[in-house]
Amino acid sequence: MKISRRQFIATSGLASLGLMLDKPAKALAKADLPQKRPLVGKRWAMVVDLKKCHEQENCTKCIEACHHEHNVPDFDNPKDEIKWVWKEGFEHAFHEQDNPFLNEELKHSPTLLMCNHCDEPPCTHVCPTKATWKREEDGIVMMDWHRCIGCRYCVAACPYGSRSFNYRDPRPFISESEFNQDYPTRMRGVVEKCTFCEERLAKGELPACVEACEAHALVFGDLEDPNSEIRHILEERFTIRRKPALGTQPEVYYIV
Amino acid sequence: MYDGGKIILGLIIFLGLILFPVWYNIANGKAGYTPDLEIITADDPGRDACVMSSEYMRPYHMDLLNEWRDEVVRERDRIHVAPNGKEYNRSLTGTCMDCHSNKENFCDRCHTYMDVNPYCWECHNIPEGGQR
Repeated sequence: MKISRRQFIATSGLASLGLMLDKPAKALAKADLPQKRPLVGKRWAMVVDLKKCHEQENCTKCIEACHHEHNVPDFDNPKDEIKWVWKEGFEHAFHEQDNPFLNEELKHSPTLLMCNHCDEPPCTHVCPTKATWKREEDGIVMMDWHRCIGCRYCVAACPYGSRSFNYRDPRPFISESEFNQDYPTRMRGVVEKCTFCEERLAKGELPACVEACEAHALVFGDLEDPNSEIRHILEERFTIRRKPALGTQPEVYYIV
Repeated sequence: MYDGGKIILGLIIFLGLILFPVWYNIANGKAGYTPDLEIITADDPGRDACVMSSEYMRPYHMDLLNEWRDEVVRERDRIHVAPNGKEYNRSLTGTCMDCHSNKENFCDRCHTYMDVNPYCWECHNIPEGGQR
């Protein structure tokens, strides 16, 4: 189609007029509903590739991303520490792999830990208020901070140390620059832990740690989907889980 | 009744003193006082209506919020359908306080007047600009 000079000027004029009407455009952009479709899975799980992770020496991007995303306070005191994702020496994380001749590199490399979102979570069974429970639809071990009374039974029940208790008011310990306006904080007397970023899944986004990991050491996916990346990895690679003998069926897998 | 006059006079003085706030407000024409709420509604088109009618929201907003809380956290149902058919994201900070963005002049005025202390904002965020 050929456009005359006159038509071109008229069209571009109309187009720039359209650009000026930014109010309706803004309203569309600010629509109340999440724009993207939620990620839906039947059994969410995570694979941590420790080799890839160790190659990025002293990298804490996933931890920073998570703790920023969820307004996790930094009390600067190991006794009060709140952790959703953290690092621990391999010997401590996998003490059932006790071996005096363990690969030196592995022995001294920190291992990334988080809530295992167990299939048989001991923490949820002891909760007197059902403030924590396993979501049957997708396997996430959820927390309802509204309902937590701070009895800490779950902290005692979790064999992985994945739960932290707010002994103090966390708000003053979240730095102003780190504060995420879109996520609530917790209050004193409430237990918190990793939720596999269920609020991000609902928006169609991957968990913050997975997104932050540049080495692609973290893979998140649906175990019930035979074509998912995580299933392919689990079929192809040898993976271990923490404390399998307890029968909790943890859903975080490690490639060593 | 012995000293009836004195007792009755004493009672009247007593009632007068104890009911001071009541007749003082009546005398000042403030008997029908209700807090003046500053409803800040974003001037985007389609943002003029609340998720429910004002008549419902005034006495029952706390029930609605409790319902939203359970539906979102426990049932994963994040969508509220308003009487006019419009869909909203069930979120205190994201939806309610997107329009009613001034907590001090909206939420607090009534809560202070009624002497209720909801602890929503110990965890939930006040929109940017308000104190955290």
